[in-house]
Amino acid sequence: MSTEPLEIDTLEGEFSTLNLGPTHPATHGIFQNILTMNGERIYHSEQTVGYIHRAFEKIAEHRPFNQITPLTDRLNYCSSPINNLGWHMTVEKLIGCTVPKRVDYMRVVIMELARIADHLVCNTVIAVDTGALTGFTYMFQEREKIYELYEEVCGARLTTNIGRIGGFERDFSPAFHQKLKKFLAEFPKKFQEFCDLTERNRVFMDRVINACPFDAERSLNYGFTGPNLRAAGVDYDVRVMNPYSSYQDFDFIIPVGISGDTYDRYMVRQKEIWESVKIINQAYNNLPEGDYHADVPEFYLPPKDDVYNNMEALIYHFKIVMGEMDVPKGEVYHSVEGGNGELGYYLVSDGGRKPFRLHFRRPCFIYYQAYPEMIKGCLLSDAVVTLSSLNVIAGELDA
Amino acid sequence: MTNQEVLDHVRTKFADQILEFDEPYDMLTIIINRDGLLPMVEFIKTDEVLQCNFMTDLCGMHHPDQLGRELGMVYMFHGMRKNIRIRIKCFMPIDDPHIDSITSLFKAANWMERETFDFYGIKFKGHPDLRRILNMDDMDYHPMLKQYKLEDGTRTDKDDRFFGRDGHDGVEFDQRYIK
Repeated sequence: MSTEPLEIDTLEGEFSTLNLGPTHPATHGIFQNILTMNGERIYHSEQTVGYIHRAFEKIAEHRPFNQITPLTDRLNYCSSPINNLGWHMTVEKLIGCTVPKRVDYMRVVIMELARIADHLVCNTVIAVDTGALTGFTYMFQEREKIYELYEEVCGARLTTNIGRIGGFERDFSPAFHQKLKKFLAEFPKKFQEFCDLTERNRVFMDRVINACPFDAERSLNYGFTGPNLRAAGVDYDVRVMNPYSSYQDFDFIIPVGISGDTYDRYMVRQKEIWESVKIINQAYNNLPEGDYHADVPEFYLPPKDDVYNNMEALIYHFKIVMGEMDVPKGEVYHSVEGGNGELGYYLVSDGGRKPFRLHFRRPCFIYYQAYPEMIKGCLLSDAVVTLSSLNVIAGELDA
Repeated sequence: MTNQEVLDHVRTKFADQILEFDEPYDMLTIIINRDGLLPMVEFIKTDEVLQCNFMTDLCGMHHPDQLGRELGMVYMFHGMRKNIRIRIKCFMPIDDPHIDSITSLFKAANWMERETFDFYGIKFKGHPDLRRILNMDDMDYHPMLKQYKLEDGTRTDKDDRFFGRDGHDGVEFDQRYIK
């Protein structure tokens, strides 16, 4: 139940220590918070991170560029396609490759589907934490349909490794077209049911309104991006400020909140799902004719027919598979609007075959450090819904 | 504002601190002395014209072949009002790895500096809580330094001790490998 945060100085009595996590069902991932509590109030919390650190930045320094895509899958695994495509765009920026308009639009369709899937997980889980399990099960059916769409494009579901440097490995299949049309026709109705269930639900609103608000100034200082920053009222969205992949072609709005509390974070994501549907409709209905990949033989695997019958194609195939493609020297920063904020890739190449340095700007890692300040003085139940509404993904947090 | 205008504006105040500048892939990159970092970051954060009040990213680097400036710090700032992005770099010798912490200006830098300390061993002066963050506390090296290669996945000398199993928990292992 949300109430005004208590002045810490007025707390009296005995303190107790509570381990929230690392594997508590309410944390939805491996996060440990050691809470010092006074009754139900949180006085202090200490975070432990790094449980699933896999040294991706180190591994990336020893891999050819196309083999880094599977590493990016495992950052924010709720929206892997955004990570994959963001990485491809970074490399394309470095090698100076422009992709056909059709690739841009195809990417937008995939990335917005991924955003819907990501937000669906986050928002339904907030509902679960407040006791509404039904919406979660129904919305996961819709998420399943999105995963089937991924499957039609790349064959994988969770860790997608979708697309290639320069475009896609194949055009959208007839089954994809059919399934996407069905999804676009049916999803809004299903999602509306979920909106009706929660958005103006008295019980839900009592739990999340005023739960751990975080104002714009502090959010900026803590490096918040994405829905969490927009919930505080700052309309920063990478898709608009630094458009990539032809986002400037589409008409959509950036929903913003006011107080930055859990309800605002929740509502911003809800509204973004509607905007994503709008963007997918625009991109899919105006899908330009053209090729589904750029003409970059040094990085894009040639078709199998050519490999068997054309010597140059065979050479390129061999060189790409063996990781023998030299990349120009340079340093480049590229960012995309990920599921929960500005997902940046800082790539330094020394002219070799692998990155000299690759740094992921992982939005979760940056904003999760504000969590102790957010929940200070709040109730334990508020802390749980706040953690869900921040959408901290363990894979992205620990890289 | 173009990169040139931003650079000129920064130069009016910090002409002697700027060692080099460049704009790779359209992002203004300024290389400065590490002593000048804190005043410059404060300037671009509070300046009326730039208003770079958002720190996008910071990370460390290791160039083993740049003698005397082996370790590097890269900061990226963003002025959202005018969409200005500035990258600031500092270099330092590997035997004296320290730089001022910018946590007093950006709280977001806290964990990112801890991560950089963890990976590269750069010490941030004025950091409130400089501990390892992603690796375990008793690790005695900084793994992102270039001298540490990735482990060879096909090595044959692995034994159970590498996985925390020392035989006391009933796990049997080959006696030949006990030294």
